[in-house]
Amino acid sequence: MIRLRNVTRDRNQLVYLILIVGVLLFPVLAGFVSPGDSGNYLLGQAADAGVYVLLAIGLNVVVGFAGLLDLGYAAFFAIGAYTYALLASGQLNSSPLHHAIHLPFWILLFVAVIVAATAGVILGAPTLRLRGDYLAIVTLGFGEIVPKLFLNLSQWTSGVNGVSALDYPSLPIWIEGPWVGSSLSIVRGFSFAFNSMAYYWLMAILVLIVVILVSNLQRSRLGRAWGAVREDELAADAMGINTVTTKLLAFSIGAATSGFAGVFYGSKLSLVSPENFSFVVSVTILVMVVLGGMGNIPGVIVGALAIYYVLFNVLTNLPANAKGIANAVGLGFLNRPAAGGWPGLEQEVQRLNFLIFGLILISIMLLRPQGLLPSRVRKEELEKGVAE
Amino acid sequence: MSIALQRTRSIANGRLGSLLLLLALCVVLIVVGQRVLSGGLSFFIQILVFGLANGAIYGLVALGYTMVYGIIELINFAHGDLVTLGAFIGLAFFPIFGLVEGKDLGIIGVAALAAVFLIAMVLTGGINVLIERVAYRPLRNSPRLAPLITAVGMSFVLQGIMYLWKGAFQIHVPDILPGTRLPLGPGASVGVKDLIVIAIAVVLVIGLNLFIDRTRLGKAMRATAQDRDAAQLMGIDINRTIAATFFIGAVLAASAGMIRGLYFNTVNFSDGYQLGLFAFTAAVFGGIGNIQGAALGGLFIGLVKAYGDAYFSSAWTDVYVFAILILVLVFRPSGLLGMRVPEK
Amino acid sequence: MADQMENAAPADRMEDAAPILQLDHVSKRFGGLLAVDDVSFNVAKGEVFALIGPNGAGKTTLFNCITGIFSPTEGRLVFEGRDVAGHKPHDVAELGIARTFQNIRLFGYMSALDNVRVGQHVRMRAKLWDALLKTPKERREELRVTERARELLDFVGIGRHGDSYARNLAYGQQRRLEIARALATEPRLLLLDEPAAGFTPQEKVELMQLVEKILGQGITVFLIEHDMKVVMGASRRIAVLDHGEKIAEGTPDEIRNNRKVIEAYLGKSA
Repeated sequence: MIRLRNVTRDRNQLVYLILIVGVLLFPVLAGFVSPGDSGNYLLGQAADAGVYVLLAIGLNVVVGFAGLLDLGYAAFFAIGAYTYALLASGQLNSSPLHHAIHLPFWILLFVAVIVAATAGVILGAPTLRLRGDYLAIVTLGFGEIVPKLFLNLSQWTSGVNGVSALDYPSLPIWIEGPWVGSSLSIVRGFSFAFNSMAYYWLMAILVLIVVILVSNLQRSRLGRAWGAVREDELAADAMGINTVTTKLLAFSIGAATSGFAGVFYGSKLSLVSPENFSFVVSVTILVMVVLGGMGNIPGVIVGALAIYYVLFNVLTNLPANAKGIANAVGLGFLNRPAAGGWPGLEQEVQRLNFLIFGLILISIMLLRPQGLLPSRVRKEELEKGVAE
Repeated sequence: MSIALQRTRSIANGRLGSLLLLLALCVVLIVVGQRVLSGGLSFFIQILVFGLANGAIYGLVALGYTMVYGIIELINFAHGDLVTLGAFIGLAFFPIFGLVEGKDLGIIGVAALAAVFLIAMVLTGGINVLIERVAYRPLRNSPRLAPLITAVGMSFVLQGIMYLWKGAFQIHVPDILPGTRLPLGPGASVGVKDLIVIAIAVVLVIGLNLFIDRTRLGKAMRATAQDRDAAQLMGIDINRTIAATFFIGAVLAASAGMIRGLYFNTVNFSDGYQLGLFAFTAAVFGGIGNIQGAALGGLFIGLVKAYGDAYFSSAWTDVYVFAILILVLVFRPSGLLGMRVPEK
Repeated sequence: MADQMENAAPADRMEDAAPILQLDHVSKRFGGLLAVDDVSFNVAKGEVFALIGPNGAGKTTLFNCITGIFSPTEGRLVFEGRDVAGHKPHDVAELGIARTFQNIRLFGYMSALDNVRVGQHVRMRAKLWDALLKTPKERREELRVTERARELLDFVGIGRHGDSYARNLAYGQQRRLEIARALATEPRLLLLDEPAAGFTPQEKVELMQLVEKILGQGITVFLIEHDMKVVMGASRRIAVLDHGEKIAEGTPDEIRNNRKVIEAYLGKSA
């Protein structure tokens, strides 16, 4: 996919190249930075970040390509995750069905994709003729309803406790080697449980597949049809594009991608509960897409990684880091709670998290309203379209 | 497009759709009717008043959403947080004006309360004008979703400020409104508080309507909402008009926050987010951009929530609200009072 | 005079040629307003037919009815023997009617080339799976479509601007691009809504040449135009609409001398 001679000419390919090198080097670096267990922790976090990358790519199809504002995208994520949770755990044993189902991860990847895509069609078919922000509110409503359903149908889903003890993916054959501290050997009946390295590579492959498929779509007649619908729906219709079907496809392909993400998420966490799919999740994914550069896949990936890093690494570690820095520079007294309601620096910084995240969002948007890596005139792509 | 689903005709267009809708309505009516009859009329009225009071609050917030949307087509996600902010600001002035719990209000108390309302409303309004200046105005000609994201960011910032200010606790709001309840019948009554809430909301909505219909600024707002460029050509100061819209929206939000605080006697820094979600829903429900629609949508959502809680399970209320919303939009794509925008 | 016109039957009279589009008592009502009032005429295969009339006469509304954007309140719109009244716009396009818009409606943030390729959408056969997996079949089709799109850009004379955003093109180029995009749908009937609006005299001449070229490809052209030079120069036959009603139909010469038409344009006093 990447040809070196074009790299200097095409920023997107450069970004892809950096991403691929980064993905390849990250396990080494993670092991290097903090040897032993915490390296694994970093890998696990990277795999979790991959979930958001998948989600952002999927939402980008809906928002960036087809121009439909979806404020309830987490609903499809929830549907994917719950599909896995119910069909790969003992949960259904305690449901009215009285029979546990344990389908393998690999099959459920596809099942969840189909289920999520179907949900997309069911929501989209009656509502996609709504204009602009009316569609946004319908998706928002859908995003509120779905987690509530999983919460309230507690005889099936254990309600607020969520579904736990989900099966881990397994492979008949796996290779182990020095990178996990053992000698090179072939393992049979390998389980992914608690193996961050395995999850990391699985996620890398999933992202790669999704990026290739979605890029293919973007450069196909369907991708152009999405663009046309986004730019001028009436003109697109008059040019022979069935706008409803086109939008429906964007909706269901976006949903399918999040179904993918949901299955991975459920299998890695081994726990799925309704609160993980709230409106905040939908908004976070939307922020990733817009901030990264709507319509541009590498931009969206970078946006997802950046926001994930800020939210789940920088901000979560900030209080502890602030405390450490204060101690190091001789301001240790700041860390003690004091009179006048000072809760100690760590607590105070913790309280600041909301504010900091908000300020980051506002300042990035003010500085780069078009996103970090916006899509641009696809000049080279066009030339290649002829040359290939 | 020859890919799957060749013809997805909306069922809403057909006669079958109308028939299904009618059937569903009948089923709902029968089920609701049965519950209502078994609950008794006075209980029904008690819930009605409660729902109207709640709906009045939603309506006030929805007005702000709808006005801002009408004028710059922005879903102002930070709007809900202005409600909480208004309550927080007002709360800070309670002790200064001698408003404490357990004392009869009296004439002076009412005047003091009015003063607190005014201060909270004006300050929140000013803050919202500032927010518009800093976070939205620079993005007025940017991609449409950019200001949406700064609005989300602003929501976080406002929540962060309130969190820093008062922490994550439920904050008690002094119970200073009369707690008298008027008996309705066996086991049912209507609170004077509820009636006060409804009255304040009605006064504000009427005031807003008069303002928009009669004043120069109100006309400028309508003109700007219709066609910003044309309004500008006619000599309307767009920036001032938009700022005024944000100011009035925030004034209504702050009043809603105060009313809500006095009604429920508690407020939390994160209340605004959920409230805002429902208020936005109310605005869309009534037909976004439409003032009467927003008020109506607010009342409707307040009532659905109240009756849902009272007669069915509160766990399912949100599901009803959003399911009804989706259904209404499927059959009336521009909301209840929204006008169909003809396209050339 | 109208009678005289009906009976004149000049040699190049095209009514007898097989009609590609027949309007049969078409009306369109918006609430109390009758925008199109019982209009009937035929567009013959292979001609240039013009629809003229004062502003607000209902010309664009009629176009919108033909292309499925509106559904006519009454009447039949028969295209190649099939009643297309009430069809969806994309179905109409697939059947072989393409159009341009009075107020140019291009896909601004897409390249000119992509605009044309969107036009070809309806003639492409790649399925979802072909697109997802970039099958050889899909690649071949993309190649073919890209090549054809370049030809069409050349055909309308903006071949050098394929890679620019449509919104960055000059006004005249945008009008041409819209025609190229419409031609990409491989229509047999092309509807042009005021194609010469805002053109310089030189551009108008070029436009007339372009219309001739399109005609040479076997595509029937049906246009709305205000500019009489273009109308008289380019079209074989003309229908005149006033207040939604057809007040005249005939060759340019017949229309030029029609009293009703002169009245409609200049007012009764004239």
